[in-house]
Amino acid sequence: MNKKAFKKIYTKINQITKATCSLKADNVGYEELAIVDGRLAQVVKIMGNEITLQVFAGTEGIPTNGEVMFLGHPPTLRIGPDIEGRFLNAYGDPIDGGPELTGEEVEIGGPSVNPVRREQPSQLIATGIAGIDLNNTLVTGQKIPFFADPDQPFNQIMALVALRTDADKIILAGMGLSNDDYLFYKNTFENAGSLDRIIAFINTTEDPPVERLIVPDMALSTAEYYASEKKQKVLVLLTDMTLYADALSIVSNRMDQIPSKDSMPGSLYSDLAKIYEKAVQFPDGGSITIIAVTTLSGGDITHAIPDNTGYITEGQLFLRRDTDIGKVIVDPFRSLSRLKQLVIGKQTREDHPQVMNTAVRLYADAANARTKQENGFDLTNYDERALKFARDYTEELLAVDVNIKIDEMLDTGWRLMAKYFSKNEVGIREDLVNKYWPEVKK
Amino acid sequence: MTKGIVKGIIANLVIVEVDDPVSQNEICMIRHSEAELMAEVIKIGGNLIYVQVFESTRGLKIGAEVEFLGNMLEVSLGPGILSRNYDGLQNNLDTMKGVFLKRGEYTDALDRSKEWEFVPLVKKGDEVQAGDWLGEVTENRIKHKIMAPFTLEGSWKIESIAGKGLYTINDEIAVLNGKDDSRLPVTMVQKWPVKKPLKCFRNKLRPFRILETGIRTIDTLNPITEGGTGFIPGPFGCGKTVLQHAISRQAEADIVIVAACGERANEVVEIFKEFPELEDARTGAKLIERTTIIANTSNMPVAAREASVYTAMTIAEYYRNMGLKVLMLADSTSRWAQALREMSNRMEELPGPDAYPMDLPAIISNFYSRAGIVKLNNGEYGSVTFIGTVSPAGGNLKEPVTEATKKAARCFYGLSQERSDSKRYPAIDPIDSYSKYLEYEEVQKTLTELISENWLDMVEYARDIIKRGKEVKEQINILGDDGVPLEHHTLLWKSEVIDFVILQQDAFDEVDRMCPLERQKYMLSKVLSIVRADFTFQKFEEVALYFREVINLLKQMNYAPFQSEQFKGYEKQLESHLKEKEVVYE
Repeated sequence: MNKKAFKKIYTKINQITKATCSLKADNVGYEELAIVDGRLAQVVKIMGNEITLQVFAGTEGIPTNGEVMFLGHPPTLRIGPDIEGRFLNAYGDPIDGGPELTGEEVEIGGPSVNPVRREQPSQLIATGIAGIDLNNTLVTGQKIPFFADPDQPFNQIMALVALRTDADKIILAGMGLSNDDYLFYKNTFENAGSLDRIIAFINTTEDPPVERLIVPDMALSTAEYYASEKKQKVLVLLTDMTLYADALSIVSNRMDQIPSKDSMPGSLYSDLAKIYEKAVQFPDGGSITIIAVTTLSGGDITHAIPDNTGYITEGQLFLRRDTDIGKVIVDPFRSLSRLKQLVIGKQTREDHPQVMNTAVRLYADAANARTKQENGFDLTNYDERALKFARDYTEELLAVDVNIKIDEMLDTGWRLMAKYFSKNEVGIREDLVNKYWPEVKK
Repeated sequence: MTKGIVKGIIANLVIVEVDDPVSQNEICMIRHSEAELMAEVIKIGGNLIYVQVFESTRGLKIGAEVEFLGNMLEVSLGPGILSRNYDGLQNNLDTMKGVFLKRGEYTDALDRSKEWEFVPLVKKGDEVQAGDWLGEVTENRIKHKIMAPFTLEGSWKIESIAGKGLYTINDEIAVLNGKDDSRLPVTMVQKWPVKKPLKCFRNKLRPFRILETGIRTIDTLNPITEGGTGFIPGPFGCGKTVLQHAISRQAEADIVIVAACGERANEVVEIFKEFPELEDARTGAKLIERTTIIANTSNMPVAAREASVYTAMTIAEYYRNMGLKVLMLADSTSRWAQALREMSNRMEELPGPDAYPMDLPAIISNFYSRAGIVKLNNGEYGSVTFIGTVSPAGGNLKEPVTEATKKAARCFYGLSQERSDSKRYPAIDPIDSYSKYLEYEEVQKTLTELISENWLDMVEYARDIIKRGKEVKEQINILGDDGVPLEHHTLLWKSEVIDFVILQQDAFDEVDRMCPLERQKYMLSKVLSIVRADFTFQKFEEVALYFREVINLLKQMNYAPFQSEQFKGYEKQLESHLKEKEVVYE
């Protein structure tokens, strides 16, 4: 603290925009933190002695003679045992009424893992939701977002998934979370009695949007500490990454950068990749798994945010309300887990890959039949059977309220196929059909 | 050595003030309190030099010293490149310390202490030119040629050449004499700037023979050639990476250089872990023995991402000059273009379409033009085949990177969202995709020689059926099942047989993943004999049921080892199934 007393204080700010301010100063390091009129800021541009600062809390009310002090270091967080079970704000200060953190001060947003020091992700994460476990199996060290319209219950599903996994730590990074959702997470984690494995960094809609930009780094540096040093299995929840990207575009706009697609900065891909690529499996057992939310506008995945996200993450879980059964389902067409190949049929039963693919193909046949039906054409007998199959499949497997073991999902898959189709219609490898095809009593 | 002082910092763009001469693309080192940061000159404006830093500039201050090295970004070329995992600047990732990448840590690309068994190929008094073979060492299973320096001008005489024996890459293995009695000692390692094509060959030829990939929809329908260029655009989740990995595993190449450019780290890890285990079906050697990986994943510094594709291409050209068939893959070239965009944006250049730099098409076509099959000075052939993936924003093929690449690459393997959604993998669209090489007379000639006299007609026929099948499908969607004649249903299902049995292939099945040309020919003949046959159906409902079984049996054949008992068993079942409905003309 004494050190701060000797820091030079500047009092002449030349330029102020909504998110940034500039002043003349010497001996300033790039990405260094500063306090501008009591608010935290970070150096984003240096030109000679002209320094541009991004003020996280916004610049409302900052006077041109406001006091500016440089801290001499990039953003840090105090990590120690007393961070467990805590709810913190974007700067890592408690918002749960508890004591200040006392742990070791760690620089956030550090370097990336050498790819040759990574291990291939290989441990299955069971969630009980068949739309995930059967069709889009998750693996530790994976990064995957939910793509969902804002009206879908993604926060509830994320909390459910988090609590069902056997993660040692669950780190919640809330960006632009509504106060109600923040309280929902808090209550859900408290009621589940698992508060000791939770750490949360929360920026709510009441907080300034630019503050969101440090939330993922806070959460992921904490995750790295537990995964790398403590060799723990860490699950990080990022909600909502669309609001994070919006904050990025605000800053780049204020800095007069030329926008690319959908008014997003040209560096959006790299900015998002830096966050998502923190997901890792270490050889000694520690891992960081990232489950995120990217809210869509009317299911449009070609918008720059979901589009860039899709190229970075290892798949996506697409939530959609099925009008037939009136429940939210994990859409089997639009969803994908790229890492499922590492575990399905290996850590799960041998028939997993073929049952999964065949059921989705039959579901696609049903979708075609539905189009025909809507266009007023007669359906063939096969079409009718496909439609019936699709309805049962949606109800018993795709709906997010399903909670069963993977073997049970596979058995259900076989049962439904056998109920509506003959062996040669499903086109599964013969040895598997002989082994698993159930005898149906008509 | 020119020195300078840092005057401005915007992310990884640093502005340096100098008094002495500096050249465009020169490399410099910025002295930061923690480490030396490597950077490249990208713009010069008076005494202000704009450099892009290959590392994070966090904590860098105005006034930091900069030293210019006098050379462009170079790679070290010599024995020991194969099986290595490099970053975009050719640092050996395996010899780096620690779990996290420390900035400013640069490691040797080649092992300087390893001894190689050198065998001379020239003798005292021989005349040599740049790139001529002086000797060879055995690297993995490949005869790695030690070549006369690529910078030589004109003809030089061998003054001395080392005898057979063990040498390290730094040992002198020859001395050359120039016209004006200049003497040049030669070692097994040389440096070359990555952005300059390596052109020590006699001439570049038009590609004339196919490069087998074992993927039916490529080899049969739209083959790529040795020394050819191709690109794979596709929205995310359509199987770009799975397809690229399959090509890198199976392609009939001596050397495979994989540039993982701004993509996921876990995908590279998959190669790191699997290639040392998997065998090359042709040689029985482990795949890693013929592979070098240049990994600049998406979380690694952006500027080095741009360098990584050039690093990979230069290494590919180096092995080409040894008379080898080299395949280079880059996933994804869009990330490289985005790196260019980020830099252009920071330099406040006037933007082109979608904020990409105006010269993007020129940069891309320049890069693709480095591929090709060449005749070396000694008459041997060498080739670099290049396949890049493109990640079009929003899956829209009308975006700048896809459009620019379309002009440069000769094979187009467009991945279709629709095919991917219905799990028809590989999702290469059979109608939109093309290979310009099929129009080359020399390619047509080698294909007929290699496969069969009527091969091209067979392929065209199959393509025609696929097209007509698609039209019929659209008609049925509009008119309904009973709104079209029965023959239309038969045609649709015949095209489905081609789709399911020839186009679709299971990249994760031990047998089906790799389909040699001979087997492709067999299966296409089989399928076309069914397509050509006439069948007796009464109602359209029968058609689908009947052909589903045909497809099922043919797929079982695909899953069985070629010409095995199992394979023949399914073939027999298929024949008896066909007899039920097939019309036999007396």
